[in-house]
Amino acid sequence: MVIGLGHYLTVAAVLFTLGVFGIFINRKNVIVILMSIELILLAVNINMVAFSTHLNDIVGQVFAMLILTVAAAEAAIGLAILVVFFRNRGSIAVEDVNMMRG
Amino acid sequence: MTVTAAFFYLFATITIASGFMVIASRNPVQSVLFLILAFVNAAGLFLLMGAEFLAMILVIVYVGAVAVLFLFVVMMLDVDFAALRQGFLQYLPIGGLIGLILLLELILVVGTYTIDPRLVLTPVVPIPAADIMTNTEAIGQVLYTRFFYFFQAAGLILLVAMIGAIVLTLRERVGVRRQDISKQNARTQETAVEVRKVPFRQGI
Repeated sequence: MVIGLGHYLTVAAVLFTLGVFGIFINRKNVIVILMSIELILLAVNINMVAFSTHLNDIVGQVFAMLILTVAAAEAAIGLAILVVFFRNRGSIAVEDVNMMRG
Repeated sequence: MTVTAAFFYLFATITIASGFMVIASRNPVQSVLFLILAFVNAAGLFLLMGAEFLAMILVIVYVGAVAVLFLFVVMMLDVDFAALRQGFLQYLPIGGLIGLILLLELILVVGTYTIDPRLVLTPVVPIPAADIMTNTEAIGQVLYTRFFYFFQAAGLILLVAMIGAIVLTLRERVGVRRQDISKQNARTQETAVEVRKVPFRQGI
C-alpha cells in the first residue's frame, strides 16, 4: 500500500472540515474558535507540504513556514485582544461583543 | 513501505481524533492538550513526507509557543466554561450541515484532481536528493536568497504582533508606587534631610 498525495490531502480535508465545524458549534467560546482557526491553518500547512514533496518543489515548504509565522502572530494578537476584552467585560462570550454595534 | 503506511495511518488517525476532541471537549484545558497532540502528530506526518525542518518547527513554534500561550490564557481567565457551552446542540444541525457540505466538496476535489505533468517536470526550486543536502540546508539556501523579502516580511509581521500584544495588554495602574529616577536624582541634602534641634529629655 503506497501512501500517496491523496492520502495526505484527505487528512488535511478532514482536519479543515473539523476546524470549520468547530467554529460553528462553539459559537460562544472564543478560545475554542481560535483553536479551530489553528486547526484550519494546520490543515492548510499539511496541504502545502504534501504538494511540495509530491511535486519535488521546495517553495511550498518555504510558504508553509510563512503560514506558520502568520498563525503564530494571529494567535498572539487574538489572545491579547481576548485578555483585554475579559478585563473590560468579565466575560468572553461572543454574544457579549456588541459594544461597537450602532 | 508497509511500515510507512502503518505510521501514516497511526499519525493520521491520532491527528484527526485529537482534532475532533479539540472542538468537542468540555474543558478548554483539555482542548488545548488535544491541540498539542494534534500538532505533534501532524509533525509526524511532515516527517513521513520528508519535511524534517517544518516538522521540528511545528513542534517548537506550535507546541512550545502557541499552545502554551493558549494554556496560559485559558488558565488565567476565570471563565464559567459550562455557561459558554449552552446552545451547543442548538448550533449542531447547521454546523453539521455546513461541515458535511464542505467535506463532500473537499472529497470531490481530492478524488478528481489531476496534476499538469509539466508541473512535475519543472519545479521552481527542486528539492535536492537527501544524500546531497538535508532538508534544513535546502530551505536555508532559498529562504535567505530567493525569498529574502518574504523572510523579512515574516519578521515584520512578528514584530507587529509583538508590539500589538504588548500595547493591548499593557495597562497603567493607578495607586501603584513606581520608581522615578529623575525625581530620585533631583533630591538634594536639603530636601531629603531635616535637622531638628531636640530639647533635652523631651523629644519631638
